[in-house]
Amino acid sequence: MSTELNLPGAIEDAIRRLNPSTSRRGFLRSSGALVLSLGLSSVPGARALAQAVGAGPYPDRDFRQLDTWIVIHPDNTATFFVGKTDGGQGTGTAFRQMMCDELDIAYDKTTLVMGSTDITPDQGGSGGSDAIERDGWPMRRVAAEARRVLLELASEKLGTPVAGLAVANGKISVKADASKSVTYAELVGGKRFDVALTGRNVDATTGTAAVKPVQDLRVVGQSVPRYDIPAKVDASLIWAVDKKVPGMLHARNVRPPVAGATLRSVDESSVSGLPGFVRVVRSGNYLAVVCEREEQAINASRQLKAEWTPPAQAPFPPSAELFDYIRAATPASSAEPEVIGDTTAALASAARVVEAEYEVPFQGHTAIGPAHALADPSDGQLTIYSNDMKSYGLRNGVAQFLGVPREQVRVVYMDGPQVYGRTAADDVGFEAAFLARELGRPVRVQWMRHEETAWDTKGPAYGFKLRGGLDAQGRPVALEYDARAVDYNHLGYNEPDTVLIAQLMGRRRERPSAGGSETPSIQYGIPNQRLTAHVVSLPQIWETPLRTGNLRDPNGPQVTFAFEGFIDELAAAAGKDAAQFRLDMLAGSLEDNVFRKARSLAVVRAALDKYGWDARPSPKARSVGPIATGRGIAYTYRSNTVVAVIAEVEVNRETGGVWVKRFVCAHDCGLAINPMGLSHTVECGMLHGLSRALWEEVQFDSEKVTSVDWATHPSLRHSDTPETIDVVLVNGDPNPNRPDLPHYGAGETSHKPVIAAVANAIHDATGVRLRRAPFRKERVLAALRAAAVS
Amino acid sequence: MPVVSLRVNGSTREVDVDAATPLLYVLRNDLDLRGPRFGCGLAQCGACTVIIDGVATRSCIMPASAVTGEITTLEGLSKNGTLHPLQQAWIDEQVPQCGYCQNGQIMTAKALLDRNPNPTDAQIREGMEGALCRCMTYYRIQAAIKRVVRGTAAASAATETEGAVG
Repeated sequence: MSTELNLPGAIEDAIRRLNPSTSRRGFLRSSGALVLSLGLSSVPGARALAQAVGAGPYPDRDFRQLDTWIVIHPDNTATFFVGKTDGGQGTGTAFRQMMCDELDIAYDKTTLVMGSTDITPDQGGSGGSDAIERDGWPMRRVAAEARRVLLELASEKLGTPVAGLAVANGKISVKADASKSVTYAELVGGKRFDVALTGRNVDATTGTAAVKPVQDLRVVGQSVPRYDIPAKVDASLIWAVDKKVPGMLHARNVRPPVAGATLRSVDESSVSGLPGFVRVVRSGNYLAVVCEREEQAINASRQLKAEWTPPAQAPFPPSAELFDYIRAATPASSAEPEVIGDTTAALASAARVVEAEYEVPFQGHTAIGPAHALADPSDGQLTIYSNDMKSYGLRNGVAQFLGVPREQVRVVYMDGPQVYGRTAADDVGFEAAFLARELGRPVRVQWMRHEETAWDTKGPAYGFKLRGGLDAQGRPVALEYDARAVDYNHLGYNEPDTVLIAQLMGRRRERPSAGGSETPSIQYGIPNQRLTAHVVSLPQIWETPLRTGNLRDPNGPQVTFAFEGFIDELAAAAGKDAAQFRLDMLAGSLEDNVFRKARSLAVVRAALDKYGWDARPSPKARSVGPIATGRGIAYTYRSNTVVAVIAEVEVNRETGGVWVKRFVCAHDCGLAINPMGLSHTVECGMLHGLSRALWEEVQFDSEKVTSVDWATHPSLRHSDTPETIDVVLVNGDPNPNRPDLPHYGAGETSHKPVIAAVANAIHDATGVRLRRAPFRKERVLAALRAAAVS
Repeated sequence: MPVVSLRVNGSTREVDVDAATPLLYVLRNDLDLRGPRFGCGLAQCGACTVIIDGVATRSCIMPASAVTGEITTLEGLSKNGTLHPLQQAWIDEQVPQCGYCQNGQIMTAKALLDRNPNPTDAQIREGMEGALCRCMTYYRIQAAIKRVVRGTAAASAATETEGAVG
């Protein structure tokens, strides 16, 4: 496979995926992308590139070359190449908006290619809500640099100094004589820029041009419709799940029936006579069956007879005993306490002391589309078609796993079901790669529903203990917070010694990851605080379905539920309005990074205004009839984004059913690139939080997960949807006219305070405090009955 | 293998598959249709939904050989290059996040509106209840359905007015 042929083919594929109507001939005629593969010897850094090509057909793209990021086509359109992926939050559209503004080209004259490792610079893919906050900056700077270079070329061509030129929509004209002009295509269409960039790493990539001040941005700030949606509603988009290649086989995994089981024997004859049977593949405790057709592989995986030996010791306590286990466990590690003042003395002298324990179970990703990947090992290379949100990590991890140079491996990133951290620990990409190499043919793998729900990575379970003190005026004077997270051996991203197939094959790292246990990010002005956090381990840490990984704001919803729930308890004990209680503590905060204090006060006030909040203590007066209504607020921030969420609930005292009738979210993530896309992401983040508040819980006996499908692991449904959702984009930087107003992340912040807001609203409605998520109706009803209010 | 004959999006298609093969895999792997998707294989989530003779049907558990009616997939909703009003509403409301489940959402909504062109909000919730979305776009989905319902109501009101005048 030659590089000359391969690179443009891959780019063509990528662009055709974005625009299925593009014909091959039309593409080749109009595209300047061909130049990417030609004339390598004239490129700075060509020697290193040539060496890399020698190692395999897929050398790394050089982020210090402008041509890596931007191609101007002969028809005066442009294609942007970025090292990101879009899990459905519209970040791809936002990247285009930012780059269009800096390049001065119309949005509809551009296309974007994301995340395919052989044709885009490695920006790490997605994660941490950093797409807009961090990775948008190099995109803006390289587009600004392209504009600067084009202006210089135009200056030479038009014989006019750059200062005498104007730029609009891909055309540069002489200010004094508009009849003199030149288009971007006439300057570089179909040709290379051949401009070197600088920067110690990809995040720092820059040319010499400055980005535009916020006031000069025109496409940024508009609710441009997402470019990917039309092809997603008319079925024209080819997703990773749809990809096919000639000669492709289908595989299904056979998982251990209980955690930590050893595969003793496999009876291949139980399936070898089935139609389409190709092979049983076994390595250690990893077991899969490969067939010609998909339904044949599914059938064979169900019929394959294998004998497993369970582990000598129970791998974990049953879920009903999880929190007793957490309380009694000796921590695997404990963080250094964060201490302000002296809580022991302050609590001893407090007028009132409040204590509470909070509990959050393991919660899973349970993606709507089970994990899938297709690996093609033809011609001495390996191509993996995948929706891995960190496709570059999958490429590197698979290369290490298989012991091949990474230049022989590429990951073609394609759209897929929700990411939220799951597809960065992309077990299935490794499985497809392994099976493809074993079979010497392309292999597609998809997990089954029970496999996905039981064995996907989990958000850590948490147990919390809190104590707070109020003075005689009801002001908070002390707070003690102690968290225990079941997070030992937390999985990293695409690691060749922690993905599930590696574990099952016995290829494990010597030192498991320490895991994390977090203290609240919120900085309230409480004079005495002691915050402690510990990590707890389960008995079985390898080959277990209770393996923790990053789930949308990995610790935030748990920690914020406990902390903002407990703050609400203090407000209620003080007989104060829950919102004013928080405003007072925010006003007294000593922390003000990125204007956080003023921005936090602004989002809380904006939420109260939008909701029409009447200040009063909680709970509200007891109403008559089966339906109790109430409202609750929770505030938090993540990274530099601040948020306040108000939930209005109806609680059915007879059934325990909870319906959030209304959500209000006030949200400040700095400069909004695409307000509509941002609002929808904020909205869906809240509803994902609501699903975790009302429904989601991983259940297990002492050897296996028992919540394995949508009947045993319920999720939010249409009937749970609020009647009204209001998203207020505050973006209330204290100085909104500052020219550098930054753009912060938004993928996770609104998700974070929802469990707390809902619990606080249930308390306001009923006077009953729920400290154990999720708030399924049986649990709510039991709590109401225990408090004798049902 | 026996030949299974199917009527799909207005064409007759014949495929050589085992009679027990679920319709989903025939549509996806033999007929190259990408609308219906595997979500659970248990008829619990709706991602695989197609419409058979007007009824929203879970193709993941329906043996292909058992289908005798006309099958419509997401690909079959647009007519002569014009999107179905629901598809247009999905774009206008910018419904999807990832979009994986939206086939099931749109097809379920299509069957619902064909049955009842003017559902109440409660009927929309009830009719859509079995279609799961893990990006939680439910509020947007309901807004898009309401947009179509309002448009249909406005159109029929206009027709009635014209009729009264004419």
